[in-house]
Formats: sequence, structure tokens, C-alpha cells
Amino acid sequence: MGRVVLVTGVARQLGGRFVRRVQREPDVDRVVGVDVVEPVHDLGGAEFVPADIRQPDIASVLARHGVDTVVHMDVHGTPPTLPGTGSRSSVKEVNVIGTMQLLGACQKAPSVRRLVVKSTTSVYGGAPRDPAVFDESTPAKSLPSGGFAKDAIEVEGYVRGFARRRPDVSVTVLRFAHVLGPSVDSPLAAYFALPVLPTVLGYDPRLQFVHEEDAVEVLRVAAREPRSGTLSAGTFNIAGDGTLLLSQCARRLGRPTVPMLLPAIRWGRSLLQSVGATDFSPEQVRLLTHGRVVRTTQMREVLGFEPRFTTGETLAAFARVRGPGLLPPETLARTVDRLAAKVAPPPEEEPQDEEVGRRG
Amino acid sequence: MADAKVIPFGSPDDGYGRHSGRERHERHRQQGWDGGTGPGSGGASAGDAGADERTGRAGEGTETDADSSAAGGSWERTAAQALAFLRRRVTGEYEVDDFGYDPELTDQVLMSLLRPLYEKYFRVEVRGVENIPADGSALIVSNHSGTLPLDGLMMQVAVHDHHPAGRHLRLLAADLVFMLPVVNALARKAGHTLACSEDAAALLARGEIVGVMPEGFKGLGKPFSERYKLQRFGRGGFVSTALRAGAPIVPCSVVGAEEIYPMVGNAKTLARLLGFPYFPVTPTFPWLGPLGAVPLPTKWTIQFGEPIPTDGYPEGSAEDPMLMFNLTDQIRETIQHTLYKLLVRRRSVFF
Repeated sequence: MGRVVLVTGVARQLGGRFVRRVQREPDVDRVVGVDVVEPVHDLGGAEFVPADIRQPDIASVLARHGVDTVVHMDVHGTPPTLPGTGSRSSVKEVNVIGTMQLLGACQKAPSVRRLVVKSTTSVYGGAPRDPAVFDESTPAKSLPSGGFAKDAIEVEGYVRGFARRRPDVSVTVLRFAHVLGPSVDSPLAAYFALPVLPTVLGYDPRLQFVHEEDAVEVLRVAAREPRSGTLSAGTFNIAGDGTLLLSQCARRLGRPTVPMLLPAIRWGRSLLQSVGATDFSPEQVRLLTHGRVVRTTQMREVLGFEPRFTTGETLAAFARVRGPGLLPPETLARTVDRLAAKVAPPPEEEPQDEEVGRRG
Repeated sequence: MADAKVIPFGSPDDGYGRHSGRERHERHRQQGWDGGTGPGSGGASAGDAGADERTGRAGEGTETDADSSAAGGSWERTAAQALAFLRRRVTGEYEVDDFGYDPELTDQVLMSLLRPLYEKYFRVEVRGVENIPADGSALIVSNHSGTLPLDGLMMQVAVHDHHPAGRHLRLLAADLVFMLPVVNALARKAGHTLACSEDAAALLARGEIVGVMPEGFKGLGKPFSERYKLQRFGRGGFVSTALRAGAPIVPCSVVGAEEIYPMVGNAKTLARLLGFPYFPVTPTFPWLGPLGAVPLPTKWTIQFGEPIPTDGYPEGSAEDPMLMFNLTDQIRETIQHTLYKLLVRRRSVFF
């Protein structure tokens, strides 16, 4: 008898990709996708059930299909770009009330054996007093006071409560670093798409990314029976190897930066929003000030997952899709090379080429 | 072990540290230019294989460079190397670790900026740098003084330029450093991180040399009248961290930093308004404005002591408060004692 997987939030690109991927699992019989709006992308052979997870009728969906694995991906930072877009308060409602209802429904459904929840590394906050690298047990020194991070903290709180009440259900919480990829639409992706990146003067945050393929893959790993020697119940940080500084990201993307004073950014947020059409939330300002790096030892050793893309490769893949910025690194490199050819006599170019080759 | 404890105190080798340091630094720079990456960065960031490969390449490079310098193109070579560096910087093709440490920038820019201060202004004399292990982790515990944490930076230059294995010191800094704009970005790039047990343990687990000043602001902002009197060493958390990591503790004594800003007063109200732990009043600052912020050109000595091993203790010793207090006291005494010895030896504050 195969498994029945229910996925929430399938109208989003990442949810859709996961649904298409999980169908190919040999032991999965049926996949049920749930969202308020009909997804514009193809869900393959999955069944789409239009349902609002904020309403109690989600319980009947669980019972009707005999769902045993619930993958909760309807926890988001931004309103959907689809019709019926909501404000921040409606997003919060979906995140928090939706999770409460879904968990309540799961609790009453005896068939549910496994729950996977998508969360975020922003639950750690990020402040000067925090350790440089967070691991799963690091308590946040200053809790996020609002926005998506606070939602995620509340969601995780409800999930912990559920895990206590239903000890027979294997509960996995995946804290994702920033997911970037060709199709993912996140506030950070929108930020990197700006022609000129506003940064906080005097701060150079450290960032980590997850490629969307890795995100889908780790969700799949968490949603299946754990292989021997691995354990999927628990909380895991998910991030690609390595760390990039924001200045480094900007240079690799070929986008000039405009350092701005922190108070100016706070005051000029609405202005930036109207100009750059990006959401410059306090949360994002915080990220751009202090950055966030997580340790992924648990992911490797307990969950048994190795991401295919490093942070740098994820950014490179993202840059390829988005096209060059105003200052493409190739052009800059060529300019420097031309200068080098002028300054140094020809034999000198040889070691330099060799060196560039070695670097790349 | 007992033999190694003998440190040549009275020996008339005033120039010793500086000379060998400069030579070594030249060698570093040579390697750095030839290898294309910063000195020692291979050892810190890349694996052993990478480091080997780089050393091999550096060897090759020296030959070709010798040829070209014979042809008289040394400044062109320097320019080409600088442009190669520039090229990597503008395209973002360099690596930083999880803590934001940028070895290339530190080696080629930050250390070069600090070096004049180190060599010409404070004329730092380094002793016992070989007490820092050539490989594996170690915790350097030092006194802290001077109103501004220049002693930490000078220690970093000392280890960077003088250690035979070209090791890098990763300093643990106060949270204030990471609150200030510009300072926090530079500190992270120079390899500093927040003084907390998590970060210290993570760095020691990677086999890094970690530097800590347990006196903190108590030492840094103490009045001039209490110079060279070690303050309380926190709760000794650094000892338990080192014990858990099995890293030896290297006591370090810095003489000379106390007199760079003789702090005769503390404007507490102003400090509270600005959110600083103290606001120094020296004979020149704030009276002379920015000019008063110029440190006095004192003569410095940095003495690294004999490492204290921490690996012989039974399991769970790190949670034993009595043992922790005893070890902390032992280290504190060692540093204090060395400070007195160095002070007796010192001819003058400025020479």
C-alpha cells in the first residue's frame, strides 16, 4: 500500500515543483495539493483540492483521502503574486491560523504518520550579540518583533505542541536559508533583481543560499521513510555550503551598491518601495545589516542530506537566469586584464592567466 | 617541556623580533605574490592538498620571477600582481569563511595597513612566538589595555608576521565591535568574531588559533593609575571552552599598550549617553580634539608564554568550577608575573 501525501501551498512555484517531484517516488500512491487559488503551473498527476487551510474543512480533506504524510509549505513571507493577493495581515493569518487549523486537523486524523513543515532560518533573528553561526539549539538573543520571522516562530511553537500531543507522528521542521533559483520569487530574489542594490552603510552581512532544487530534494528526503542510519524527525537547518558577503554577491551579480545610512533606510522605506517595487521590510533591513549563517551539521549527519549546490553556485545559477547587471563581472575583469596588458610586459601575463584559471 | 620554559629574558636582543619579523614578512610577501594568493591563506582555508599544490607552484613561480627580475621588471611584476588582486576583488571571486573572515583582504590590505603602526610607531618586539603551536588549535589569553583595543590588533600582526608556520590569529571581540557600523564589517573580514563560547568552540574545533582578552572592558578602560594590574578574568569561561576543545592555552603579556592613552578620567554620563562602556579622558583627549586621539608612541613588547596543556583532564572537568577557577588563576598569575618581569626589564616607556 502506497503513501498518500498532502501538500499545502501548491500555488507557489516551490510547492508545485515539490508536488511534481514527490509523485515520482516509487512508494507514493497519490499526491493531494491544497491551496486557496488554483495553481497556474502544472501539478502533474496530483489532485488539486481548492481548500483554505484557515477553515476547519481541511480536516475532511485529510480524512477523505486517508493522508499519511503532510507537507506544510504554506508558510510564506510575502503575499502571493497571483490574483487575490492579500496584505501582510492576511499572510500572517494564513501562516499562523492556517498552521493551527492544519495541525488541529492532523491531530484528529489517525492516518497521519509524518509531518514536514517548511520554516526559515530567520527564526534566529540576527543581532550583534548573537554567535556568528547558529545551530539548531541556539536561542535567539533578540526575537524578531514582527513579520515573517515572528510568524515562523509561532508556527514552530504550534508544531512543537503538536509533536507533544501526537508522539506517534514523526515531525520534521526544516529551517531554510534563502531559497534562490530560476523560478523562486522571494523578497531577497526581488532585491537582487534591482538594478542598484541599496545596502546599509558600514555593514556587510554574511548570507547563505539554498538552490530551489536542493530545497525540493530535502523536502522529499524529509517526507519519505528515513534510510537506515538517518533520522528525519527533528529540526534541521538547510543551507548550501559556504558563505557570501553581500558586497561579494553584488559584485558577482554585477550590480552596483548604494550604501545608505540605517535611519535613512528606515525612513525612506516607502520611497524605496515605490521606486524599486520591492518589499523593504524591517526584517529584510535586519538581514541586510547583520546577516545570518547557520550550521548544517545536523542536516548532513542526522538527516543524511547533502546539498548539490553550494551558496556560491546557487548565486551563480541565479545570476545566469537573471542576466547581467549594470557592472557585469566579466566586463570588469576584461577591463582589468586590458590594464594589466598595458602595464606589464607580455611574459608577465602568463602567470596571471594561470592563476585566474586556477581560481576559476 | 621544562627546558622549553626557559625564555631568554636578559639577552640583549632588542632588535631580534623586529629584524626576523621583517625578513619573515618579506618571505611571506614573496610567497604571496608568487603564489597569487595571500600568505598562509592556503593553510587557513584550503585543504592540505591545496596548500601543498600552492607551495609547489610558489616554488615554480620563484624561478620564473627570478628570471624576470633579472630582466629588471620588478615593479611591473608588482603592478601585475596588484591588478590580479584587483581583478579578484572587483569580480567577487574570493572566499570568506562562515565567520566572514576574508584571508586575502586581511593579508594584502588590512595587515599592510597595520604594519607601519606595528613596526615603526610602536616598534613591537615579539618574544616566544614559537610557543604558539604550528598546527592544531590553541587559545591565546592576553591582558587587555590601552583604552582602544590596539593591543589585539598588534597581537594579530605579531602572529601573522612572525609565526614560523604563518598562522592566523582569530580574535574574540566585544559585542560593541559588532554594533558599530564599518568597524563590525572590518572586524569580521579580519577574522574577528564575538566573544562567546559558541564561536570560540567552533573556531577551536576547526584547529584555529583563537585570541581572547578575558579582562574585557574592565582591562581596556581601567584608569592609568592601575596600569599593569590585571583585572578579574570574567568567569573563566574561556578555560572551560579550551578544555572541551582540548586546546592548549598560551598566556600572552603585552607591555606598552597601557601608556598609549593614559586615561586619567572617565566621563561616565557621556559614556552612558553614547552607549559606550566608558568615555576616556586623557591629558590630550578630548581637549585637543582629533589630535588628542593620536596614541603615544610607546615601545611595546609582546611575550607569548609556555603553553598550558588542557588535554590531560578527565571527562567532565570543564564543568568542575574549582578546577576552572584554579586554572584561570594559574593563567592570570602567569600573565601578571610575566608583565612584572617585562616591566623590570624595560628601559623606558618610549624606547
